[in-house]
Amino acid sequence: MRGARPATTFLVFLALWWLAARYSSVPPFMLPPPGDVAVALWTQRGLLLANTLVTLAEILLGLLCGTLLGGIAALGIVFSPVLQRWLMPVLVVSQAIPVFALAPLMVLWFGFGMVAKIIMAMLVIFFPVTANFADGLRRTPPGWLDLARTMNASPYAMLRHIRLPAALPAFASGLRVATAIAPIGAIIGEWAGASSGLGYIMLNANARIQTALMFAALFILAALTVALYVLVDRLLRRLLYWAPDTTGG
Amino acid sequence: METPPGILVRDLSLHFGGVTVFEGLSFEIAAQKFTALLGPSGVGKTTLLRIIAGLEAPATGGVAATDRAPLAGRIAYMAQQDFLLPWASALRNVMLGATLRGARPEPERALHLLERVGLGAQAHALPQTLSGGMRQRVALARTLYEDRPIVLMDEPFSALDSITRLKIQNLAAELLAGRTVLLITHDPLEACRLGHALFVLSGAPARLSEPLHVPGPPPRAADDIALLQTQGALMRTLTEAAAP
Repeated sequence: MRGARPATTFLVFLALWWLAARYSSVPPFMLPPPGDVAVALWTQRGLLLANTLVTLAEILLGLLCGTLLGGIAALGIVFSPVLQRWLMPVLVVSQAIPVFALAPLMVLWFGFGMVAKIIMAMLVIFFPVTANFADGLRRTPPGWLDLARTMNASPYAMLRHIRLPAALPAFASGLRVATAIAPIGAIIGEWAGASSGLGYIMLNANARIQTALMFAALFILAALTVALYVLVDRLLRRLLYWAPDTTGG
Repeated sequence: METPPGILVRDLSLHFGGVTVFEGLSFEIAAQKFTALLGPSGVGKTTLLRIIAGLEAPATGGVAATDRAPLAGRIAYMAQQDFLLPWASALRNVMLGATLRGARPEPERALHLLERVGLGAQAHALPQTLSGGMRQRVALARTLYEDRPIVLMDEPFSALDSITRLKIQNLAAELLAGRTVLLITHDPLEACRLGHALFVLSGAPARLSEPLHVPGPPPRAADDIALLQTQGALMRTLTEAAAP
């Protein structure tokens, strides 16, 4: 009965929500009952779908570019001591700046279009991808490297056939975290200034007290994030069939 | 394969964290023989093997082949752990050297070697599906695939149960015959079954004992009288080496 537990949790959550909306004194414009949200989901489906696709595109492109950039940065850090000395402090400082505070700047620089949101998603995921992958590349079991040396392997062959595959489970951990948090970057970017996307719908609906529509957008965003995470997780498990920590659960 | 040379260790010195591991250590490892190296833990056996393998550099002195050609590229190394790559099948693990050197892999030869170690049916299995003994046999096949004249082995069978160990010793003796083999072991029986010459390394800085020679070709039966006598002598040498 896979999925029975999440389904039960979801139903209990819906029931509590319905009870709170029905029997508490909270007005519907602050907490609409689930039924109203379902109605909004259905009647505004065209609008919601179009804007979901925008946000999804931002998330996916942000994930792709952020992962590529993070991967390259990790390789640079691990294999070039000079790059490590220059890049590591920048990375750490970059984590000290709240990404939220950068969003208006990104919109100012890159406009109301998708680019600012993609960059926001990239900024959010860059660090976990880089840090995890670099860590994985540094932790190659020394026995494998010694063995490769006695086999006259070139540094490039060692990287390609031993260090890279050995670092993939760590890279996968970073990618999982990135998948879960990339939507945050995209939505913050939309809040700072956008003409489409789920974040834009939420802000607009909120301003017009269309709370049910706002909840509908929020619901889609949550479902999207969970679906994306599950998809990436399944894909990584399949690719890393040999890694012990991905065979269970 | 070329005629395997012997190994000359000359005037080796190594200091490690303020401790003198070796000081002017010199000896010769006979060509085309099994040489077993025993001694207490931490005395520097593995370090010595790593220096010969070119994985560590001594402070002074060096290692050379008796035929004066360079040692690099003529040594295969087998460690205590199997170090099989978990993402590659047994077959691909055996051919790892070819993959790493960018040479054309020879699956037929690799499969033949796996068959020799009794794992022909497991050629496409991933390492984590194999038992410890099977994994070590894959590592042995990988060592043989390298087809190097000199083979260095660092307690390769110590993690195996005694019956599996006896079987894989027979296999190693058969498949490595004619090569120059240096085997580190903690097991006196293993040393006596496989070794032509046995050395004990002990003390700080470490010194080698006079070699013990075991009569008869390896692998010797575990109840062979000459073997048991040598094992007794070896135990005495080891006990003396362990005394303060």
